[in-house]
Amino acid sequence: MGRVVVDVMPKPEILDPQGKAVAGALPRLGFGEFVSVRQGKRFELEVAGPVTPEVLAAAARAAEQVLSNPVIEDVVRVADLDAVGDAVPAEVAR
Amino acid sequence: MTRVGVVTFPGTLDDRDAARAVRLAGGEPVALWHADADLHEVDAVVLPGGFSYGDYLRAGAISRFAPVMGEVVEAAGRGLPVLGICNGFQVLTEAHLLPGSMVKNDHLRFLCAETELVVENAATAWTQDFRAGERITIPLKNQDGQYVADEATLDRLEGEGQVVFRYAGDNPNGSRRAIAGIANARGNVVGLMPHPEHAVEEGFGPDGPKGPRRGTDGLRFFTSVLHALVG
Repeated sequence: MGRVVVDVMPKPEILDPQGKAVAGALPRLGFGEFVSVRQGKRFELEVAGPVTPEVLAAAARAAEQVLSNPVIEDVVRVADLDAVGDAVPAEVAR
Repeated sequence: MTRVGVVTFPGTLDDRDAARAVRLAGGEPVALWHADADLHEVDAVVLPGGFSYGDYLRAGAISRFAPVMGEVVEAAGRGLPVLGICNGFQVLTEAHLLPGSMVKNDHLRFLCAETELVVENAATAWTQDFRAGERITIPLKNQDGQYVADEATLDRLEGEGQVVFRYAGDNPNGSRRAIAGIANARGNVVGLMPHPEHAVEEGFGPDGPKGPRRGTDGLRFFTSVLHALVG
């Protein structure tokens, strides 16, 4: 079973109120080092078989046509989740 | 009698108000169901406000794929008058019947207020009973009401007279160029964030020239389409 990860972010010129709200909250919790936050969306698309180039191409089309709205958002990543292996290691997560 | 369809999606809130507005204007409202790929031979369609599919993914993004929307898109292409109110406007942009999109209000809060609008284009199917430049009062109630589009699209909308309504006075949500509503090039498809169906009957509307709660400017959206269809 394979998984494709799709990341969608608000376009730079579009106001990101959720990111702005998070950016406002962080210093109040002692995280003063972060000067700005942008919040996007992550989708994980599961397929029955392996993640082939065809599957990635279909995911890219779905990302453009459904998962994002090109007026306000950019698709910033379409990738095989196992290949990118971007889970945060446990020792870092702590 | 002219038949005006009102679509109900899961999460639609103002379908009954829209149907009532059609009736008060002198038309026959026809309930249309999202899962039914059939417009039942209506003469016009209203996509009402609410939170269809809980605004999941993006406001209007899931509704766009409802079976009834395939029929609406095709009929709009043939010239059928279509009005999208609030969430219905968001559905029309997601369905690519109107350009641009809506994002959260710039002040980040839900806003419910009577809003003064300037009618910029009184030649569309839904505005022909207004005068260009007329100021009308219509309730506005939303959180994702900030209209956005790129500069080229905004210039084209302005140049082609497709800006139908603009907020008079203060811009309540940060919409680009204070745009409250737009039309397609042909003028049969109109979308706006304010709610004309909430300003159709004296005693239940916004404040108007005749007195408190007596504003009925919204009624003329619905009489406009009835006149456009008869004319």
